[in-house]
Amino acid sequence: MLKYILKRLLQSVFTLIIIATAVFLLMRLMPESGYFGDEYDKMDAEQIEASLAAMGLRDPIPKQLFNFYKSILSGDLGKSIVFRPKVEIAKIIKQKIPYSIPFGLASIGISLVLGVSIGVIMARFKHKLPDKLGNAYVVVINAVPAAVYYLFIQLYISDILHLPILFDAEKPLSWILPACSMSLSGIAYYAMWIRRYMLDQMTKDYIGFARAKGLSNKKLMYRHVIRNAFVPIAQYLPANMLFTISGSIYVESLFSIPGMGGLLIAAIQRQDNPLVQALVLIYSSIGILGLLLGDLLMALCDPRIKLASKGGSR
Amino acid sequence: MTKIAKLEKNLEEQIAQYDANMLFQQSEYDADEAEQGGYSNYSYWRSTWRSFTKNRTAIFFMCVLGVLLLFTLVQPLLPDQKDPTLIFWVDSMPDMNHRPDAQFWFGTNSTGQDLWARIWSGTRTSLAIGIIVGLFDALLGIIIGAIWGYVRKLDRLMTEIYNVIHNIPHSIILILVSYMVKPSVATMIFAMCVTGWLPMSRFVRNQIVIIRDQEYNLASRCLGTPTFRMIMKNLLPYLISVIMLRIALAIPAAIGNEVFLTYIGLGLPVTIPSLGNLINEGRIVMMSASSRYQIVLPSIVLSVITIAFYVIGNAFSDAADPKNHV
Repeated sequence: MLKYILKRLLQSVFTLIIIATAVFLLMRLMPESGYFGDEYDKMDAEQIEASLAAMGLRDPIPKQLFNFYKSILSGDLGKSIVFRPKVEIAKIIKQKIPYSIPFGLASIGISLVLGVSIGVIMARFKHKLPDKLGNAYVVVINAVPAAVYYLFIQLYISDILHLPILFDAEKPLSWILPACSMSLSGIAYYAMWIRRYMLDQMTKDYIGFARAKGLSNKKLMYRHVIRNAFVPIAQYLPANMLFTISGSIYVESLFSIPGMGGLLIAAIQRQDNPLVQALVLIYSSIGILGLLLGDLLMALCDPRIKLASKGGSR
Repeated sequence: MTKIAKLEKNLEEQIAQYDANMLFQQSEYDADEAEQGGYSNYSYWRSTWRSFTKNRTAIFFMCVLGVLLLFTLVQPLLPDQKDPTLIFWVDSMPDMNHRPDAQFWFGTNSTGQDLWARIWSGTRTSLAIGIIVGLFDALLGIIIGAIWGYVRKLDRLMTEIYNVIHNIPHSIILILVSYMVKPSVATMIFAMCVTGWLPMSRFVRNQIVIIRDQEYNLASRCLGTPTFRMIMKNLLPYLISVIMLRIALAIPAAIGNEVFLTYIGLGLPVTIPSLGNLINEGRIVMMSASSRYQIVLPSIVLSVITIAFYVIGNAFSDAADPKNHV
């Protein structure tokens, strides 16, 4: 077990290093005007050259890469150029995180609770109306691009429920719509898998045995089926986190929440290279962390899984 | 007891009645008839089609999609169609936000272009992107998966590479690649293919590893079956359903990614109508109730297409699984 955790941890760190390197190298391929903002047009070639050298961008690539690692390890993400000129990125992000984290956690919580309940209901009423409705929901959420249904939530649901369209940290009511929008895809994901695993479990021999010894249907469901079906769900926690990440990019800018997702879009639109680089790194770290947690959680939940052999040839 | 004794007696009488030779006659050897012993009228595709047609929802969406696709292709050839990029003028002002009427069936957008023509032109662009991405994903996935599964020495390395790419959130890779390159149809397809081949190649690899050394393949190889026939007859039937499913699902995913990229400002230039561009244009004016049709209409077309592909893909992959054939 310990060996597996260590191996998995090492793998994550390795992935992170590769991503950092790739992001860094790709950013070097970007046009150099991205390092100057509006002043670029006013400067002549010599000035550009001089300030590039001052930023350390004329050093040989391996040296630049080394400096990059060093500054990341010391927590220095560099400085923003266009979005908020000469302000430390760490400082910008520090202001944004308090908005993003509650939304992320709320959406993971909502999707876990609602998704599992919907999945259980769907499995209990297999091929009946609740199951069909649930399936329709899953299909719509999976097939239709998130942007479309987020827009329609903003357009119509806010009207119907009289909820504020735009986010305002002071008004607790304005937290509801963004958090719910962000959890929609997670709910669909959990419901789909819980339903499938429960139906799988219900045909197993031990269920027949439990029924034969006289267990009530309700007890059977809650004591056996759901518990067994829940194990693989641990694996889907990371995917849920990834949904939340991409959801946050949309939702935060749609509801104008001053969080990290909206920041990424703003940074992209203004071509602020260092900020994009830092945010991509942060988002990929969250994704990697989520996958790591999911794998470890699954190993803890299910003693049957022999993880040492995972990824082997057979 | 007496019953059995009776039966035996009866049988003995019959044998005595005829000659033993009459009961078992040696037949002539006939090559054609010998072949017929193993014949069954099971056909993979016919069974697949039969279980597919049982799914009424899928059939419904298939008809809808068929009509829609046909119409998208035929639309520019119909009479009285307008140019999707042409701006219409009223006196010296562009005919902006013209609500749907007899002249402009779906109205005009905020620059004064005909929304009806733009929607179908955008659908063509988005579908082309989706289909090309789907085909590329399948092609790359199969090639990489086959190498991954067959060359044992590469297995460790490829697994590690897969893990690294798989661990990064896909939307982040999409953003990064599109941020690097100038937006156009080709670069967008490239950005989507960077991660699109992953699930396909993993599936192909797993199937090849499982099937490669199974007894029926061993037997087939011992009997001297050529490699090409082995791939076509022993391997491909296992993969075909997943290949079709992946292509079918890649289309809605690609359309969705296009909308996503356009939304965050990395999409196609506004001169090329696409569903993502249309929705983005509609989003800007959606707050006034009178121009809401500009977001509602493209969204409906887009949702119908993506849902149809999704439903058909899933129904087909269920139907193509021989376990579901009766």
